[in-house]
Amino acid sequence: MHESILCVILYISMACPGERILALTEYIHAVNLSFSYQNEPEAPQVLKDVSLSVEKGSFVAVLGHNGSGKSTLAKHMNVILLPSGGSLFVNGMDTSLEEHLWEIRQQVGMVFQNPDNQLVATVVEEDVAFAPENMGVPPEEIRRRVEEALRTVGMWDFRDHAPHRLSGGQKQRIAIAGVLAMHPDCIVLDEPTAMLDPRGRREVLETIHRLNRESGMTVILITHYMDEAAQADRVVVMDSGTVIADGTPKEVFSQVELIRSAGLDVPQTTDLVHWLRTEKGLDLPADCLTVEEAADAVAKLFS
Amino acid sequence: MLNDITLGQYFPGNSPLHKMDPRIKILLTVLFVVSLFLVSDPLFLIAPVIFIGILYLIARIPVRFLLKSLKPLIPILIFTTVLNLFFLPGDVTLFSFWVIQISDKGLLNAILVLIRIVCLIAGSSLLTYTTSPIALTDGIERLLSPLGKLKFPVHDLAMMMSIALRFIPTLIEETEKIMSAQKARGADMETGSLVQRAKALVPILIPLLVSAFRRAEELALAMECRCYRGGEGRTRMKQLKLHLRDLWGSLITVILCGGMIALGFLL
Ligand SMILES: Nc1ncnc2c1ncn2[C@@H]1O[C@H](COP(=O)(O)OP(=O)(O)OP(=O)(O)O)[C@@H](O)[C@H]1O
Ligand SMILES: [Mg+2]
Repeated sequence: MHESILCVILYISMACPGERILALTEYIHAVNLSFSYQNEPEAPQVLKDVSLSVEKGSFVAVLGHNGSGKSTLAKHMNVILLPSGGSLFVNGMDTSLEEHLWEIRQQVGMVFQNPDNQLVATVVEEDVAFAPENMGVPPEEIRRRVEEALRTVGMWDFRDHAPHRLSGGQKQRIAIAGVLAMHPDCIVLDEPTAMLDPRGRREVLETIHRLNRESGMTVILITHYMDEAAQADRVVVMDSGTVIADGTPKEVFSQVELIRSAGLDVPQTTDLVHWLRTEKGLDLPADCLTVEEAADAVAKLFS
Repeated sequence: MLNDITLGQYFPGNSPLHKMDPRIKILLTVLFVVSLFLVSDPLFLIAPVIFIGILYLIARIPVRFLLKSLKPLIPILIFTTVLNLFFLPGDVTLFSFWVIQISDKGLLNAILVLIRIVCLIAGSSLLTYTTSPIALTDGIERLLSPLGKLKFPVHDLAMMMSIALRFIPTLIEETEKIMSAQKARGADMETGSLVQRAKALVPILIPLLVSAFRRAEELALAMECRCYRGGEGRTRMKQLKLHLRDLWGSLITVILCGGMIALGFLL
């Protein structure tokens, strides 16, 4: 008797899995998400059973070596790709339902690697206006949004410049402004700093951190730079289509062997501390991320 | 080497001509060009010459700019002038030498055609000097928008134009990079016969094409992410509004052209 009741409960919970209800409280929520670029059953799975949730207002960095499926995952968040298996919810909306398409595209802004290939117009302000124009926003409101977005990224003074005359970092900030003009809740940035010099990188990172801090924007930053990931609230590490580590930067980077096995480096400080711990047998905490933390730990050890 | 390709030939400025509505400017230019061809007496062409001169002064466009846009047409100008001058039989022969005869009609016609072509170039160049390519595209799109009702893809064409305008500088920059990369590998593009030089272009064009396709793909993706779904339901930030200057400009031009056409028909 008890067993059958248990079976019924189990059956019900499987028919309407808890995650689906949970999806409403999380901003982005992937449930056993699988994806393959080809339709054949034998085709390689680029995403395998990815389950992930991103809270509203958080700053999440996604790491992974080339071809691990980071961009593919990002494209799901904007309904450029649809899951082959499992499902993805954005703000409680199932991405596989056609009716949510434009709502999701407007709520999740995407910024790509090459700033040259995402600017559409010959004048900066026209480019920023592109998305709200597409959304059918009235002209006065577009003007307001353009000004607000350009001021947010600190490019208002360049509003009548031609994009091709700007530096890489400036172009990338214009691209961010172009997305902000949609008034999204979340921005997904796919290696936005990969083609920039150190100064451009700093400009872009400062901008997205400020957005996250001041406007509570949910940020998902795909990157190859460990130092960028170390500044996030949370780090997700992907390896051949699965999530192999997920936690705060300290939790993730202290698993040095795991990170290395995914073909990635750990931040230099963590690397040094790891070496001191394993090779030299020093009793240091594994989760030092910054130089200061490491220095303090070493000083404490010797005092 | 490729730097001196300026697109269109926009000459940035702040004159009333620059600020005029592109739609009005396009329409007036068409009217002006048409009326030039309806005039058959060189005497009446003095008015448009003076008119164009004044407009260039207002727009503060240096004369050398006009000369620059006339330069490629010099052979045609000489050809038509010579043809008219020497080979058009008239009533009175003014000058004759060997097989060449200059008649009164020939002389008149030569002058007429010369002034016409110069005015034509000067007038249409004025449009491109005082209107940025993007404003020009915008003007054309809005002028043609009634055709959209007939399923003519006005928006798509305008979008294509403006994307082309946006990417031409980027692609030029890229071409330069590829050229120096190929030169560094020992490619020789400056010497040799025409065929050899054409062949040397292949290693430049292929990477350029490949990269253009990649760019196009990424751009399409970025546009989709920014909610692009064609022209339907799209609004524009910049609304074109007619100002007093557009009215004045139109009035003056219409009266001038109307007068020219009327006189052309009367005489
Ligand atoms: N359009 C496509 N068609 C077929 N396969 C693709 C396509 N795009 C990506 N892939 C494959 O999917 C896998 C994951 O690619 P993805 O671009 O998501 O990786 P990534 O983690 O973003 O890598 P990178 O760090 O190089 O950007 C790769 O093996 C890639 O070859
Ligand atoms: Mg990628």
